[in-house]
Amino acid sequence: MADEAHGEGGGLSFHPMDQFEVKPLFGGYDVHWYTITNVTLWLALAILAIIGLMVLTTSKRATVPGRGQSIAELMYGFVYKMVEDVTGKDGIKYFPYIMTLFMFILCANFLGLIPMSFTTTSHIAVTAILGFGVFIAVTVLGFVKNGASFLGLFWVSSAPLPLRPVLAIIEIISYFVRPVSHSIRLAGNMMAGHAVLKVFAGFAQVAAIAPVAIIGVMAIYGLEVLVSAIQAYVFTILTCVYLKDALHPHH
Amino acid sequence: MADNTNAAAEVAAGTQAGMPQLNVGTFDNQIFWLLVTLVVIYFVLSRVALPRIAAILAERQGTITNDIAAAEDLKAKAEAAEAAYDKALADARAEAQRIAGETKAAIQADLDVAIEKADAEIAAKAAESEKAIADIRAGAQDAVKEVAKDAAKDIVALMGGKADAKSITAAVTARMKG
Repeated sequence: MADEAHGEGGGLSFHPMDQFEVKPLFGGYDVHWYTITNVTLWLALAILAIIGLMVLTTSKRATVPGRGQSIAELMYGFVYKMVEDVTGKDGIKYFPYIMTLFMFILCANFLGLIPMSFTTTSHIAVTAILGFGVFIAVTVLGFVKNGASFLGLFWVSSAPLPLRPVLAIIEIISYFVRPVSHSIRLAGNMMAGHAVLKVFAGFAQVAAIAPVAIIGVMAIYGLEVLVSAIQAYVFTILTCVYLKDALHPHH
Repeated sequence: MADNTNAAAEVAAGTQAGMPQLNVGTFDNQIFWLLVTLVVIYFVLSRVALPRIAAILAERQGTITNDIAAAEDLKAKAEAAEAAYDKALADARAEAQRIAGETKAAIQADLDVAIEKADAEIAAKAAESEKAIADIRAGAQDAVKEVAKDAAKDIVALMGGKADAKSITAAVTARMKG
């Protein structure tokens, strides 16, 4: 794909997908499971961003919060209220896990918007772990909490009896598609936005259309800021919805 | 040239041309570091950040509740103080009115005594004066009679008559009575 673009582009060279390459950070070409790569770097930066945002800002424990502490409290309150509203009171004890997901995705998305950075959440390997992690955790939790009656989730008792087997099949399919859509939605959004940014930046190499291309980059960048926050929100609220299904499987 | 080195690098890294996301060779690396990251974030949040923020929010809620309670206390106290002040004011006003009334009565009594005394004095003085005036008037009448008698005698003498004192006195007395 990238090769085709710069094969046919003549003077232009497009490398919209190069930014997603996983490369060892300290030389060498081999990527073993333990190799310190650009993935490692940007994941570590995400951790630092979260520590800076949630730990350092609250170190004063001020009753009247400053700017940083207000942001940390806002994040806390936002996710806490989301968990409480969507999953109910008994979902509160899973709040730290959901907060972890939200903060990681949010920080990784925003760090990915820094020029020359690497977007960890644009990789399907990362989002699939998140998505399937949520799926497996929620399914196990559903069976542990409700036993076999968790299967009632697939048996729509409010529908007419002849329809129920058909609905059950649809429900089961949709249930198993959840982790796939959950992870591909996030990775796809991040990847597409960043690739489009790179393509626009590539057009800026031609002097005649450079102003338009740069305005395009600015516009898409604004959109990507929105998408970064919204995707983190969507991922989190869907996690809450799945958690609610596990805790209260009956419609 | 650039293509060749790029391709060479890709081959060396064990990748194929296409989306780096689908390069299975890097999955184990990403997954390993992702899991490390998630565990670190989970411990940072659940051990440090979230309890701290929860404590801050609870403390703020407590402070606000306490402050509101304290404010209500103070308000009640202020209202009590205002009531006490009003009562003291009303008492003071009643007391002042009472004192003013008493004073007025005392002054009135003094005044009455003084007025009575003054009236008596005035009456005595008036009686004295009247007596003096009556004396003066009596004196004046006598003087007038004397003058009138002399005047009448002179007039009669001027007119060439000779008047006896008795008839003139009688005439003057008659005139003056009239």
